[in-house]
Amino acid sequence: MIRSFRDLLARVVGQVISLFARFVTAPRAIWLGIEPVQRQRLYFANHTSNGDFVLLWTVLPGPIRHRTRPVAALDYWLSSPLRAFIGCYVFNAVLIDRRPEARTEDPVTQMVSALDDGFSLILFPEGRRNISQDALLPFKSGLYHLATRRPDVDLVPVWIANLNKVLPKGHVVPVPLLCILTFGAPLRLLPGETKDVFLARASASLLALGQNARPSAP
Amino acid sequence: MTAPNLIWLLAGVGGILVIATVVGEMLRLRLSPDRTNPVIENLNARIAAWWVMVGLLAIAFMAGKVGVVVLFALCSFAALREFLTLTAYDRADHWSLVASFFLILPLQYYLVMIDWYGMYAVFIPVYVFLLLPVLSAFQGTAREFLTRVSETQWALMICVYCVSHVPALLFLQIPGFEGRNVILIAYLIFVVQLSDVMQYVWGRLVGRRKIAPQLSPSKTWEGMIGGVLTATVAGTALWWMTPFLPLQAAVLCLVITMMGFFGGLVMSAVKRDKGIKDWGHLIAGHGGFIDRLDSVIFAAPIFFHITRYYWSLT
Repeated sequence: MIRSFRDLLARVVGQVISLFARFVTAPRAIWLGIEPVQRQRLYFANHTSNGDFVLLWTVLPGPIRHRTRPVAALDYWLSSPLRAFIGCYVFNAVLIDRRPEARTEDPVTQMVSALDDGFSLILFPEGRRNISQDALLPFKSGLYHLATRRPDVDLVPVWIANLNKVLPKGHVVPVPLLCILTFGAPLRLLPGETKDVFLARASASLLALGQNARPSAP
Repeated sequence: MTAPNLIWLLAGVGGILVIATVVGEMLRLRLSPDRTNPVIENLNARIAAWWVMVGLLAIAFMAGKVGVVVLFALCSFAALREFLTLTAYDRADHWSLVASFFLILPLQYYLVMIDWYGMYAVFIPVYVFLLLPVLSAFQGTAREFLTRVSETQWALMICVYCVSHVPALLFLQIPGFEGRNVILIAYLIFVVQLSDVMQYVWGRLVGRRKIAPQLSPSKTWEGMIGGVLTATVAGTALWWMTPFLPLQAAVLCLVITMMGFFGGLVMSAVKRDKGIKDWGHLIAGHGGFIDRLDSVIFAAPIFFHITRYYWSLT
């Protein structure tokens, strides 16, 4: 529903960003373990570039996209008025403060309240962009705490292939290359599963998608 | 630049597509009523994509020289995006890749547009070949250096240099053929693509002996010979709309259909090397742009140079 000029502008800017992402990466979504239907979910993906959630957001079908909010770093998205507009109004991001000493709200509580409002979430459990040679960094505990507090939400692993080539850290001009997003089978916290076991299982399920994902696979 | 012959050729292709669409739908009714037979569904997806491709070509032809140059520049862009997705890469190559897309590609098509043959014929094989590795070298890392710069150069030759020879045909000056050069493009694409389609059809109907089972399971001697001969006969029968005599047209058609076949074979080898089946997914039923263009990529520069050497004043 469009209530104001600002909402309209946000809608238009969102379409422009989405179109640009399509022009640069021709993103292809492969729904391997789950169907794109309107259900509450928590999508968790590997994080190699600032374009990650834009791309994930772009390949979600429209109605699902409007009910999905990315979880993003407050210090990055509030650093300029343009970013703040895009972060808050275009992507409707759940902005969390990565600095424990400065924050007034608990990030997990913020995410839980977004879930309770009926939104799906996009989360990067590595916590920061991965520029190492490893495929994945160790997961932060946020995913586990969310799974504990809202155990009936499907946790969907999404492997984003190739985006680190499109826009490596430190660059602003993207190279147009094809990207593939593979959506895997959903996970839930098992009864009695400890934090470390659960995070290892979530990480392994994401990594397994990555090993299947060749630039042009199935 | 709508020559009457172009209208005829487009109308003929439209007729073929109408027949193909009807046949495709009949096959679907008989063999795949619930849309589950993959061969029939792929066939119909291919035919539907052909309508779009022919439609876009027709629009570009109507739009004149600029339209044709822009269309093939966009094809180059899509093809390069597919190719460079698969090549060896290091963070140090970022600026080389940015330059490939946003400097080299537009410049090559600009040079074609202003008809500076002496430059566009050597720009990528000489200047880019020598200077682009310098850009990568300045970034300082030697890991797989030769592989990286070679694969980038190969990508540019295939996806930009070769493809740009299609619109370059517009600028040849053939006495008695003025204002009709767009026919050369339509003729080249029609003959080469017909050869591809007929290789597929003959291969499906009677193909048995595989040419290169390790590279491509679908290429057979029967398909290749049937496709090349069918397209050559069709191309020769259309000699009257070209600057060529019937025998000349036959030889040219044989050359470009063989080059087209070689293109498919070489690009299959590259795909197999990189462990993929299709280059991309943007053309439903066909795969990527390179999957559809590989034959034209190999045929266009040869067709251009033969025509230029023997028929053109420039």
